[in-house]
Amino acid sequence: MTTPLLQVRDLSVVFPPRRGRPPVKAVDRVSFDIEPGHTVGLVGESGSGKTTTGRAILQLQPITGGSVSLLGRELTGMSRSEVRAMRRHMQFVLQNPYSSLHPRMKVADILAEPLKVHRSVAKAEIPDRVAELMRLVNMDPAVVKRYPHEFSGGQRQRIVIARALAVNPDFVVCDEPVSALDVRTQAQIVELLHDLQSKLKLSYLFIAHDLAIVRAVAHRVAVMYGGRIVELGDADDVYENPVHPYTKNLLEAVPIPDPVRQRAKLASAAPDPNFRGRDAETGPCVFGEDHAHTGTPEWHEVGPGHGVSCRFWPPGVSPIRS
Amino acid sequence: MVFIGLAMLAVLLLIVVFGPSIAPYSPSKTSPNSLDGPSMMHWLGTDSIGRDLLSRLIVGGRGTLLITFVAVALALAAGLVLGLTSGYMGGKVDLIVMRLLDVIFAFPVFLLAIAVVAALGPTLRNLILTIAIVYTPAMARVVRGPVLSVKRWDHVEAARSVGVGEFAIAIRHVLPMVISPILVQTSLILANTIFTVTALSFLGLGPPPPDPNWGSMLAEARQFMELAPLTVIGPAVAIIFASLTFIVLANGLRELLDVGSR
Amino acid sequence: MLEVRDLVAEFTREGEILRVVKSIGFDIAPGEAVGFVGESGSGKSVTARAVMRLAPEGSSIRWGGRILFKGQDLLALSEREMTDVRGHRIAMVFQDPMASLNPVMTVGQQIDDMLMRHMGMTRAQARKRTVELLGLVGIRDPEHRADDYPHQFSGGMRQRVLIAIAVSCQPDLLIADEPTTALDVTVQAQILRLLMRLRRELGMALMLITHDFGVIAGMVERVYVMNNGEIVESGEIDALFAAPKHPYTQALLAAVPRIETKRSA
Repeated sequence: MTTPLLQVRDLSVVFPPRRGRPPVKAVDRVSFDIEPGHTVGLVGESGSGKTTTGRAILQLQPITGGSVSLLGRELTGMSRSEVRAMRRHMQFVLQNPYSSLHPRMKVADILAEPLKVHRSVAKAEIPDRVAELMRLVNMDPAVVKRYPHEFSGGQRQRIVIARALAVNPDFVVCDEPVSALDVRTQAQIVELLHDLQSKLKLSYLFIAHDLAIVRAVAHRVAVMYGGRIVELGDADDVYENPVHPYTKNLLEAVPIPDPVRQRAKLASAAPDPNFRGRDAETGPCVFGEDHAHTGTPEWHEVGPGHGVSCRFWPPGVSPIRS
Repeated sequence: MVFIGLAMLAVLLLIVVFGPSIAPYSPSKTSPNSLDGPSMMHWLGTDSIGRDLLSRLIVGGRGTLLITFVAVALALAAGLVLGLTSGYMGGKVDLIVMRLLDVIFAFPVFLLAIAVVAALGPTLRNLILTIAIVYTPAMARVVRGPVLSVKRWDHVEAARSVGVGEFAIAIRHVLPMVISPILVQTSLILANTIFTVTALSFLGLGPPPPDPNWGSMLAEARQFMELAPLTVIGPAVAIIFASLTFIVLANGLRELLDVGSR
Repeated sequence: MLEVRDLVAEFTREGEILRVVKSIGFDIAPGEAVGFVGESGSGKSVTARAVMRLAPEGSSIRWGGRILFKGQDLLALSEREMTDVRGHRIAMVFQDPMASLNPVMTVGQQIDDMLMRHMGMTRAQARKRTVELLGLVGIRDPEHRADDYPHQFSGGMRQRVLIAIAVSCQPDLLIADEPTTALDVTVQAQILRLLMRLRRELGMALMLITHDFGVIAGMVERVYVMNNGEIVESGEIDALFAAPKHPYTQALLAAVPRIETKRSA
């Protein structure tokens, strides 16, 4: 049993109150592991906290509580320079390829920057490494003399990925890496990420709202709602045997590119579930356990490696015991 | 637009750099032809003690413009440091720096100038310093504004996630993106400063005689307005031309650099 | 009901003429739902705007060809005549509701205005109908919500308001340009169902523009596939999905991610 590459325990991020609005629990005791060379998909709708989770793990967002441990080292207590040193192991691919590259820097310089910051390669060897990175993402090394605006969205995203790989990280957080791209480009980038994972033994935290795309890359999937993970398990389990009502709702809502099935789906009456209905934290949960009493976390194993939260169950709904 | 501005700027720079060499006469050379109108010998006429007006305008322009450029350059340097630091770091640093600058900002230029001159003497150096200090808060604000917005841009966060240090991010990733708006604003501030410099010299707080400058020329010429109008119109037009140069340049730069969009 | 022939759209940028729609033709029968699908830059949005004769923000477009709506060529109408058509006979729903709603007017006022202008109602009559419409689009407590401002609604609710405005004057044709792209997937499903229901109840024709094959699959009977300003394939939707003929359509459909497809090893 290998040690997980990344261990997140009870991660919490609370946004302070401002201008009459109460404090917001953007991330509420999130816990999961990522094994080396594996992808955990983090799905959820807007406001679920998935992007904040990703940024908090990368220490780009102040954390209110919990722990994040990468390669066995605890990130949350580290000084700024220690975190910066750790960044060579954890990188970030952002959503918008049009804004995540410095508009006034040539691609060659953009790719060289991480190499210089972490001194991972001798100065003389930087151009070679830059060319190697371009080839890794299936781009012609000769174009590094150009500026980002000379490239298409898909090409820019490849450059972003190349930059992320520059210092041989172990772990990459991809935050909606393909949402801004056309469908054919999306497919290409997803394939690229997939190949790079097997080639370089990378681990990904793949954050996205598109469940179909996540299925293509994720080994395990975590579903977020209201700042919490409501379901976590192997991708096949979560997609084919969802337990939490929110997961089921989410999967049901995904449009199917098959006219007959999609028409049937739309024709069926949509329930309008109230996920915050049973908000009371006292008394027994839907699994019959009184957590306030026993002090146990609101999490239940429903299968091997497949767990579900007992929070956010609509009133009257209970798990079907198999 | 930019080209017109640059052409005008070229004229000003010519005066600044080559001033005394291109003036037909020495500005302090007197002659018996006082308060003459334009003639072949004196293209713009003479002043009350027969000095050639054109030469005095050229050399005076040098003085006025040099003071302006140097003062604004100093203010820009200070403003860049303060604005970038304050804007990028935010929080308490931002609060303290901005409050301190507000104190300076609250002072009327002339009061401060008089105070400094009274305390330290009416030298050229003091005038430049006073103006630089007075304009530093405005410059800092001009820098801070764009910095506040640019520091939130994606490529900045991307650089941070790569492991680039905060100082390097501020210099390499934020600063280049705020240069455009700063350039435009600096040009506008230059337009404004010309007036301040000439006003201060007009009040006698500028460089002492015999060095000519447009402000003091205006002051001297007031009494002779009706007798020799050019002695007043000359400096006035020169001041307006200089100020206009920077405004035209600012507008041209704004179009050229497409400030406001990425 | 709608016959478009030789439609061309061009605009000039920096002295160059860009032709974004290159002479296309299509039909929409009364009550029919037709889809336009393609990637960004395919010209599908511009085509939708052509029918409303709305230039995309900030640019000036020149239209060519004929857009025959119930026999009348919309491109030949004066701007004044066109404003009578817009909102009343043909209505449009856009991607970003916040950009299309007036932030300083209550939603009730915005719908009232439409009704008074196009349907000649008095304010009292309009308000009654407005409340009915808000209820029709699934907004709870419509009587009170009518007095709320757009920013007081969530994204999905705002889109419902936009739809209410669009259907208020019972248009013959509703054009929806990426109506659910900015919405969460659960909200998207609700809005799609709403559009279907309204179509049935009001007998409107629907012109749906989207890049999402899942969205188009359940909503339309026929579909036009656009690429680079041209229609590359069109047909009845079940047939097109089952056996696409044009290589571009085939490539697009092959690239669409399917939720049942497991991760390849």
